Amino acid sequence: MRFQRLRHAATLCFVAAFVAVPAAAKTISVKAGTPDANEKLQEALILAEPGDTVELGAGVWKLTDGLSLDVDNVTVRGAGTKDGEGSILDFSGQQGAGEGLLVTSDDVFLTNFAVLNTKGDGIKSKGANRIVYHQLRVEWTAGPKETNGAYGVYPVESSDVLIDSVYVRGASDAGIYVGQSKNIIVRDSIATENVAGIEIENSFDADVHDNIAAKNTGGILVFDLPSLPQQGGHNVRVFENIVSDNSTPNFAPKGNIVASVPTGTGVLVMANRDVEIFGNVFDQNGTANVMIVGYRYDHKDPNYQPLPKGIVVRGNQHGKAGYAPAFEGGAEIAAALGGAIPPVLWDGAGDAVVLDEVGVLSLNLPDAKTPRDQAKPTPVTLKGTPPAALPEIKLPASMEAKVQ
Amino acid sequence: MKPVVAALAAALLFASGAGGVAPPAVDQALVDGDTMPPKLSAFGLFAGNDPARPVASFAYTLNTPLFSDYAEKHRFVSIPAGKKAEVADDGTIAFPVGTVIVKSFGWPDQNGGRPVETRLLIHRAKGWVALPYIWDADGRDASLAIAGRRVPVNFESPGGGAHRIQYGVPNKNQCKECHSRAGAIVPIGPKARNLVLPATMSADAKRRWFDRPEALKPAMPRWDDPASGSLQDRARAYLDVNCAHCHNPEGSASNSGLFLRWTDPVNVNYGIGKRPTAAGRGSGGMDFAIAPGEPDRSFLIYRLESTEPGIAMPELGRSTVHKEGAALLRQWIAEMPKASH
Repeated sequence: MRFQRLRHAATLCFVAAFVAVPAAAKTISVKAGTPDANEKLQEALILAEPGDTVELGAGVWKLTDGLSLDVDNVTVRGAGTKDGEGSILDFSGQQGAGEGLLVTSDDVFLTNFAVLNTKGDGIKSKGANRIVYHQLRVEWTAGPKETNGAYGVYPVESSDVLIDSVYVRGASDAGIYVGQSKNIIVRDSIATENVAGIEIENSFDADVHDNIAAKNTGGILVFDLPSLPQQGGHNVRVFENIVSDNSTPNFAPKGNIVASVPTGTGVLVMANRDVEIFGNVFDQNGTANVMIVGYRYDHKDPNYQPLPKGIVVRGNQHGKAGYAPAFEGGAEIAAALGGAIPPVLWDGAGDAVVLDEVGVLSLNLPDAKTPRDQAKPTPVTLKGTPPAALPEIKLPASMEAKVQ
Repeated sequence: MKPVVAALAAALLFASGAGGVAPPAVDQALVDGDTMPPKLSAFGLFAGNDPARPVASFAYTLNTPLFSDYAEKHRFVSIPAGKKAEVADDGTIAFPVGTVIVKSFGWPDQNGGRPVETRLLIHRAKGWVALPYIWDADGRDASLAIAGRRVPVNFESPGGGAHRIQYGVPNKNQCKECHSRAGAIVPIGPKARNLVLPATMSADAKRRWFDRPEALKPAMPRWDDPASGSLQDRARAYLDVNCAHCHNPEGSASNSGLFLRWTDPVNVNYGIGKRPTAAGRGSGGMDFAIAPGEPDRSFLIYRLESTEPGIAMPELGRSTVHKEGAALLRQWIAEMPKASH
């Protein structure tokens, strides 16, 4: 086994040495503040060749249109994320495009710059395999507003995604959103004052760890939705995060699924299978630290599985929770239970194992179709034998090398 | 507007006719090479570099065209001598390597009726390349603008109403965002079901440029001509041409699960009762892309009637609301039987 793995690693190195970086890799430096700065920046992103670095100087770009990158194996490196000294891409005056920066090529490394006040999403990458988001700031600087863009960082339909040391604030949907992707790590990042801090949606094989998800409406969401090209989300580990004070009133535009997330949600699992939540520190989540639910809207997708299955909650620290349950009937249940509901809330359908030494409230809804007004909330215990632990996510060595 | 069309038609007749002078020729070596010339004139696509005198294998129009801020568009194709485009059974047209598809955009009140920009799609050995050229102020040549540009444009729309817009010439990547199938650039306009060849084009000329000209049957109606198709078919044609280049399983919007090709069934993945996926504020606070019978509760309409980035659809190439197109889709949705909730 060990030998096999070493041999695999050696093959990877060999491939990397001969394919990844052409001899003539160059650095294209672009400066902010010149009259044609925007066009020069976009031009650099178009003229870059595989192996090149586009280096953003310190300063502020006032961008009127979305930027895009479609060349494999390019690094976009700024001088920092802080106002006054970093490389700031300011989209306050944006006139077009659905996002600030769009990446559609493989092996791209984005590091050390800020994207502010985009009209739509902040940074989107689609079909961009082995993308690395590192030391970035994506922010709507006026804080929570319904008119802010939907997603801060938004990789979708990609294999091998690394989000490391990213800061996102103010997204009207999810700060860090990974959709319809495979093999994902989100770590060491901060998501604050978004509707959803971090969201893993319709995705397979993800580790979300060592992040801070604070002051969002909901801290960390693991969702699966019907009628999409990739569904059946599974194998997600949410561990060793700080998930606290997710008390921002929901400011998502109605209709979007996150508009239904109750204020004060820590971790919310909806309609996934095999999700492990362990070693997290929860505090001050007024609805629940952990919520496990089915997808309860009408749908016409025969292949869709609406229930949570194989959910494991173990070894978490639970601070204060459940004191302001922001769902219909929540206040009455809390009053009946002496002022607060237990920190773990399950709607009653699907299956979950909760080993944490805290109470669990079940709504006792037997399936996804039973309407919520038929809930019969009662405390339950969900102790049991959890399924085998999920494996750690490993990304290609070329990706980890970029952030060392 | 009309004089430009007439001039173009005359020019095409001239180009395909047997004149006494050696006809101007496209620089095929440049087309086939791998450079991006800074000036459009280098390709020799226009006689005397006059946009009214294209050096074309043939010009074409579309039954239902993409809306681009009410721009008037002129389209032609240059195919290398001796080669032919192949029409597949599914209606796609495979143009040979060496083909250039040329599309010029202009407004009658702008630049004295001359085009503002000319976009090229060049089929090279390694694949299609998209290059945007903006016409210089003196109108004599056009300059490559691979990073795109905002150009101030003033015009009057057909229903009346003056518009002053910052027209967005797309950058090279944005060209690909629409012209993309499974990550590669492809032409999107010329398909057998929508392509219309000039009435004056002879059967011989058609056989010269197409392997199976008889397969070119424009099945899609004209979106704005009720005589050409039912309300639903005209709405479907409009959605195919304006949306489906991204909204298909291999396009830029594949992750949305909203698929709007002419061939797609009208069901949940066509937007009927479909909840937003990644629409963000594009949902406009509504639950469904299309709520049958209720255009005002259908965010597909909301997005078409917005010009605000982050809300507006299509995301590129539109700074003006296409009132007439939105009206068609409104009527289509209004006439659908309401869903029973």
